Amino acid sequence: MAKEKKGVRLEHISKIYQDPKTHKDFYAVHDTSLEIEPGSFVTLLGPSGCGKTTTLRMIAGFESPDEGEIYLGGEPINALTPNKRDTAMVFQSYALLPHYNIFDNVAYGLKLRKLDKETIRTKVMDILKLVGLEGMEARMTNQLSGGQQQRVALARALVLEPGVLLFDEPLSNLDAKLRVSMRTEIRRIQQEAGITAVYVTHDQSEAMALSDKIIIMEKGVVSQMGSPQEIYYHPKNEFVADFIGDANFLKGRMSRHEGGDGIVSIGGTEVRVAAAEGVADGADTTVVLRPESTVLADKGYFPVKVVVSSFMGAYQLYHVMLGETKLIIHEYNPKGKKIYAMGDTAYIGFEPGNAHCI
Amino acid sequence: MATAQGAALDRKKLMADPIMVTTIVVLITFLTLFILYPLAILLIDSLYGDGNGLSLSVFKRVLAMPTFTRAIGNTLKIGFVVGILSTLIGLLFAYVEVYVKMNRFAGGLFKLVSMLPVVSPPFVLSLSMIMLFGRSGLITRFLLGIYDNNVYGYWGIVIVQTLTFFPVCYMMLKGLLKNIDPSLEEAARDMGASRWKVFTDVTFPLMLPGLGNAFLVTFIESIADFANPMIIGGSYDTLATTIYLQITGAMDKVGAAAMAVVLLCITLAMFAVQKFYLESKTAATLTGKASRARMLIEDKSVTIPLTILCSLGALFVIVMYICVPIGALFPTWGYKFTPLTFKWFGQVFSKYKGLKAFRDSFVLSLIASPITALLSMIISYLVVKRKFKAKGFIEAVSMLAMAVPGTVLGVGYIRGFSGGLFRTGFLQGLYGTGAILIIVFVVRSLPTGTRSGISALRQIDKSIEESAYDMGADSFKVFMTVTLPLIKDSFLSGLVTAFVRSITAISAIILLVTPSYLLITVQINEFAEKGAFSIACAFATILILITYGSVLLMNLVMKFFGTSRKIKEDE
Repeated sequence: MAKEKKGVRLEHISKIYQDPKTHKDFYAVHDTSLEIEPGSFVTLLGPSGCGKTTTLRMIAGFESPDEGEIYLGGEPINALTPNKRDTAMVFQSYALLPHYNIFDNVAYGLKLRKLDKETIRTKVMDILKLVGLEGMEARMTNQLSGGQQQRVALARALVLEPGVLLFDEPLSNLDAKLRVSMRTEIRRIQQEAGITAVYVTHDQSEAMALSDKIIIMEKGVVSQMGSPQEIYYHPKNEFVADFIGDANFLKGRMSRHEGGDGIVSIGGTEVRVAAAEGVADGADTTVVLRPESTVLADKGYFPVKVVVSSFMGAYQLYHVMLGETKLIIHEYNPKGKKIYAMGDTAYIGFEPGNAHCI
Repeated sequence: MATAQGAALDRKKLMADPIMVTTIVVLITFLTLFILYPLAILLIDSLYGDGNGLSLSVFKRVLAMPTFTRAIGNTLKIGFVVGILSTLIGLLFAYVEVYVKMNRFAGGLFKLVSMLPVVSPPFVLSLSMIMLFGRSGLITRFLLGIYDNNVYGYWGIVIVQTLTFFPVCYMMLKGLLKNIDPSLEEAARDMGASRWKVFTDVTFPLMLPGLGNAFLVTFIESIADFANPMIIGGSYDTLATTIYLQITGAMDKVGAAAMAVVLLCITLAMFAVQKFYLESKTAATLTGKASRARMLIEDKSVTIPLTILCSLGALFVIVMYICVPIGALFPTWGYKFTPLTFKWFGQVFSKYKGLKAFRDSFVLSLIASPITALLSMIISYLVVKRKFKAKGFIEAVSMLAMAVPGTVLGVGYIRGFSGGLFRTGFLQGLYGTGAILIIVFVVRSLPTGTRSGISALRQIDKSIEESAYDMGADSFKVFMTVTLPLIKDSFLSGLVTAFVRSITAISAIILLVTPSYLLITVQINEFAEKGAFSIACAFATILILITYGSVLLMNLVMKFFGTSRKIKEDE
């Protein structure tokens, strides 16, 4: 559907803001370079204040980068105003024009492009069908539910066939159930339309479900980028590991490498970790363990004390103390397994392939 | 850090938008030329006016005039007393409205009282004060038998100004009280405080900055007021009237300029306190919206006396206003009351060129109001929604205009434009024309319109305009297709407010009007001065009818065409 899928490239982009209280300048985004492939779905993920929205707004043209250059489909676009850029944005608050009905909202951008009436009508109807709002075109925006408003916002952006579609936390105003169904919908529509999409969110499960590539940002810089699997299984640092899902961290020292695996000494006990290429022998390291990969048993590497044991339905949730360190364990499919109670002592263990060193 | 690139890009993006750039340039020129320049010329005049280079000799000269020093004292004294009285009465009315269960009749009276001063010419109350309580006053002479009651002077001004300005305080404080979360007071009640204790310990401290605000606003209005002191002041001169007389009587324009600078300094100082100190404090104490409706006081021993007291007060004010049209119907005020006659209305048109006066006032105001409304919406849009370098200037100057008394502006225009710009003859053609009157109307109504536009625009999510911009609309398109339709109500009411303010304006206009233009307010002032009250009342009545009619018309238009209301309703 899109005229031309366009890629986005950011080269050493920085944005400086002034803190309104202290009047000190700070980097909202600092020296960020990234490449978004044409036709891919890329998510900027991070906690609030990490610079993800600022980055998106710089791509849209609402903010001007203080350093660096932004390219859209190979063309530098720094000096272009938002209305001249081949981007379309879906806003967090939907930002529908409240004095127009659905049809006019979707047709607004087309009218500005001076298309003839018939073309506009066809395009608007087609797109409304795509987002599942057939027959609603005469309604006013305040007669729609949140999810429907979101679909209008999406239709309004899609109908312009932009080189890149921008999403600014579009699902955060919806309730949890709708959020899940809408994100499947967004992914379906994006793939059907074959459009490049940049999506900002602070919700990691949304990012995992939607993206070809996730870019994790922290304090204005990119912490890691990669496919959802890469990010989940091989987080580069504690921030990423902790932000994407839950993670346990065990501090130790790399003793040696054995046949591709690393042998890490943690408090005198040696454990085997499969993914340990980047850590040199003798260096300090942290072993990252996902809660569902951590096993609680009568035998294992380390003795722990159970402080929380709750039945969550799909899994048994444990909080255990290893010395002063709290670890989280998800024991899936707990039916028929041994359940430890609060105050019990047990051992934790893990498969070498389920852990990695950072 | 390198913020230069971002700034340069922002500038580049702005420049890519010629309509926007032109608008900004035109606005800056307008504000500079018609607000800043006349004030600057006053300062220059008073520092260089005696021809000996830079000196304070003009100030020394006017300060040596006992009439002037007395006027300063008088003005401050009246401002202070009127400020306090208006705030207190306004507080009483606001408290009763927000806290006490009232019957619908009293509620209607309150609404009427809050609206009357808005649609009335400024000196209506002075007229009725004289006609009710003066030497041949209806109440003093015929009801009480007092034959030589003197309403002219200090008390006359205080009473009339208080009655004129307290509704403004009432409206301000009503908004404030409504924003106090009732649960705060309920918590105090729950902990054992009496109603009175709740008021003194919770409600009153919370609204203290707001009270200060109301006081200062009234204070500024009072010392800037020209019409009332002119009519009812008698020999008790205030700064505004002294400056006027210095020009029209003593023909001392340089002296008047120095006096105007003194008056301006007083209002600016008050305005600065109000703007930068009190407004922020009010916002800080009253952040939250009321979480739910307040339990109204239903205790009869409280509601009945308060309702009666306020209703009587309101009735009194309403009677004062009604007195004007009735006065125009009596054959001779003070001597002969029957049969009622339309002869004064007839004379307005047959003898006193009423038609021309109404046409001139009407046409000039009609031209001024759309300009004002549009300008104030554009300013609000720029201030709230856009960022660019000169924004601070535009915001500051349009707010500054709020603190400039009409008399000061009038003197500034005389000094600034009668000989052309900086007396070079450039733009001299403007002086004495209808255009300069229109400009004065615009400048005088701009701050009110801008303020209401700003508060309307702050309610609109910024991303709505951004989305239109993102879809390909330029600034002009965004403003015309999104912003303006969304603040249609504010625009319409700005239109009518500007019209009403213009057609009832007098303080600046009276200094600038030439014989080729007859303005109603100036006519009313003249007849009132001469003691021809019946004619003045007839003029004023027609004026009130016009203004009230246009307000009604606006309400009708808003009811049928106001889209923003439809949008708000369903939320």
